[in-house]
Amino acid sequence: MSEAVSQHERLQAAHAGPHHPALQHHFPDLDTQKEAATLGMWVFLAQEVLFFGGLFCAYTVYRNLYFAGFSEASHHLSWKMGGANTAVLIGSSLTMALAVRAAAQGKRSLIVLFLILTILLGGVFLGVKVVEYKDKFDTHLVPGHGFRWEGPNAHPAEIFYSLYFAMTGLHALHMIIGIPILAWIAWMAQRGRYSPEYHSPVEMVGLYWHFVDIVWIFLFPLLYLIGGKH
Amino acid sequence: MTPTKQTPLDTKAKRDLEAAPLVEAPDPGRLNYLNADYGWKSWLFTTDHKRIAILYLVSISVMFFIGGLMAVGIRLELITPPGDLVQSETYNKMFTMHGIVMVFFFLIPSIPAVLGNFLIPIMIGAKDLAFPRLNLASWYIYMVGGAITMGAMIHGGVDTGWTFYTPYSTAFSNSNVMLAGVGIFIAGFSSILTGFNFIVTIHKMRAPGLTWFRMPLFVWAHYATSIIQVLGTPVVAVTILMVAVERAFHLGLFDPTRGGDPVLFQHLFWFYSHPAVYIMILPSMGVISELVTCFSRKRIFGYEVIAMSSMAIAVVGFLVWGHHMFVSGQSTYAGMVFSALSFLVAIPSAIKVFNWTATLFRGSISYDAPMIYAGGFIGLFTIGGLTGLFLAAMGLDVHVHDTYFVVAHFHYIMVGGAIMGYLGGLHFWWPKITGRMYNETWARAAAVIVFTGFHLTFFPQFILGYLGMPRRYHGYPEEFQVLNVMSSAGASILGLGYLIPAVYLAWSMRYGKKAPNNPWAAQGLEWQTASPPSTANFDTPPVVPDEAYHYAASEVIVV
Repeated sequence: MSEAVSQHERLQAAHAGPHHPALQHHFPDLDTQKEAATLGMWVFLAQEVLFFGGLFCAYTVYRNLYFAGFSEASHHLSWKMGGANTAVLIGSSLTMALAVRAAAQGKRSLIVLFLILTILLGGVFLGVKVVEYKDKFDTHLVPGHGFRWEGPNAHPAEIFYSLYFAMTGLHALHMIIGIPILAWIAWMAQRGRYSPEYHSPVEMVGLYWHFVDIVWIFLFPLLYLIGGKH
Repeated sequence: MTPTKQTPLDTKAKRDLEAAPLVEAPDPGRLNYLNADYGWKSWLFTTDHKRIAILYLVSISVMFFIGGLMAVGIRLELITPPGDLVQSETYNKMFTMHGIVMVFFFLIPSIPAVLGNFLIPIMIGAKDLAFPRLNLASWYIYMVGGAITMGAMIHGGVDTGWTFYTPYSTAFSNSNVMLAGVGIFIAGFSSILTGFNFIVTIHKMRAPGLTWFRMPLFVWAHYATSIIQVLGTPVVAVTILMVAVERAFHLGLFDPTRGGDPVLFQHLFWFYSHPAVYIMILPSMGVISELVTCFSRKRIFGYEVIAMSSMAIAVVGFLVWGHHMFVSGQSTYAGMVFSALSFLVAIPSAIKVFNWTATLFRGSISYDAPMIYAGGFIGLFTIGGLTGLFLAAMGLDVHVHDTYFVVAHFHYIMVGGAIMGYLGGLHFWWPKITGRMYNETWARAAAVIVFTGFHLTFFPQFILGYLGMPRRYHGYPEEFQVLNVMSSAGASILGLGYLIPAVYLAWSMRYGKKAPNNPWAAQGLEWQTASPPSTANFDTPPVVPDEAYHYAASEVIVV
């Protein structure tokens, strides 16, 4: 680019000696850059908590208002599918954690392997979700004009399913965003971008993935397991 | 340090004396961030925080103009009692767009995205924000959100008010609620990204020696603001999303006929939208802290307390949203708690006003244009804050709720406060941003015109509201006409006051005198680098050996 930049780069090279290719120009060293990325990710996740928080707040209010309706509506969700998906997602968190560990140890092929496993498990989760959503379409449990419900709790049940689709939909959207990022990181790992000194992108996407996992850990009991035996 | 009585002339002379050694003849061949590169690509793909600040400056100025046009329409309609200029639907759309544009697309990004973006890295001695590409992304997101919202306006407008109250917005309004909602939803993420970038930058990128309690108060104010942006904005985002989904798929989440609770929407909306007021006013307070100490040549009074009061406002500000809802059907008990908490949040604001005043006390005050804005801010903010306490008192609120009293109150805070601070800051740092001086006489005149016009516009509205004129109607009984004409006349003066700076500031960019590095003899890292700064901000990485405002030391110079 310009003279100013090149002069600036020379200055920096003079200060820091030969620097890592991943080091961005405005950070003094890789450690600071990594600390900034980590803090940034946590601040982003705090933002995410509040983003989901609005829906959790609405859920809490309506569940307190209409507990009977919520529990009746919840019985139309399959706890078996939800439970299986919980296991799948926790499994994907495990493979994600293993990928981060492999990155810290500099084992390139293991990073790629575990990231691909994470992607596959994420795909399984979304697949099960599609089956569940289709079932709700078929049984007229999608809120709006097509919603059918026998008995006195039609309104609460519709609110329950509005929240069900909003919350699980938003959660699924986060996974749909996460999977291409995982794939990209895997591709970068394959090309040898990460080393024990520099692998914060793997760690950051790991934090994101664990967060998405934790949201589901709250969603599953709140949506699938209310009102006793199914 | 000898306390000597000084005339304004002494002050000016002293400042020149202090400034003298710092004034270097600007090297014509020196590269700065403005001439380092040319062409539209160098602007649209820049990751330099200073250039992104300029991009924001241009965009929010356009938005301010659009929002201002809507206000012109409103004030024209209200000159006469009958609704004769526009139909009520058009009027509703005008005040809605005025609110949406001014709140989401001007006030919230104004100081943080322009002055904060430009100054925070320089003030803390960094080369850039922590995430330069996200910074650029935030501007693009802002532009997309803005374009969609403008699309909603052109496509026929929105008539819900900027508050989008349900169930009107979800079940009844036939206007472009969805489109405007999507625009605001998207723009919200630009605000989140800005705040997020500031938090990480302030934590991780401070120069050696710059401890937390050596930071300029402008940076403290932005730190507090960023916390609100990051934690508040996602809540309104998801709330607007719920409104959009409810409209699109005919859900019943906020529809009382189907078991939904419209008051829940108000809770979720105000959980963000009350703290949003602090997103607008806290950065302004940060600007005023810088101006007051510089133009009274004194160390700021109670530095730590001002810093902590910003944090207190950020925290307590999250707990007061219910004072917007005293007549919504929320329980009286909840109302009492929210009322008490609202009184509590006035304390840190009052501390700031007190400390600014104490800083002025026995200072060598000079009335340059930025200082006139600062003085205006203190007066207008005090009136706005005090009337906020009236509204936080439940009994009085029932009387003036949804009247022009409320309109006058929040304009004193958001226009009298936030915009005075923005303009003061823009004038103060203009030499640093552009490397040029503006015409001081015009600038002082404009500041006085803005102050006068503002009072004439909004003070009558307090009286109108107290007498019972409701907000958001395009007609009114005849006995309110005198006060409304006063308000409209004031608005035209205010509009003039905003247009004049646009002219002489633009003029100064080409014809203004070259600015010295430190025209105000001010303290702070930003005044130790060149005007305008180089792309890397500093030639050598700065070290900060001292607190932010050691003006007192310089007072020894004058005997």
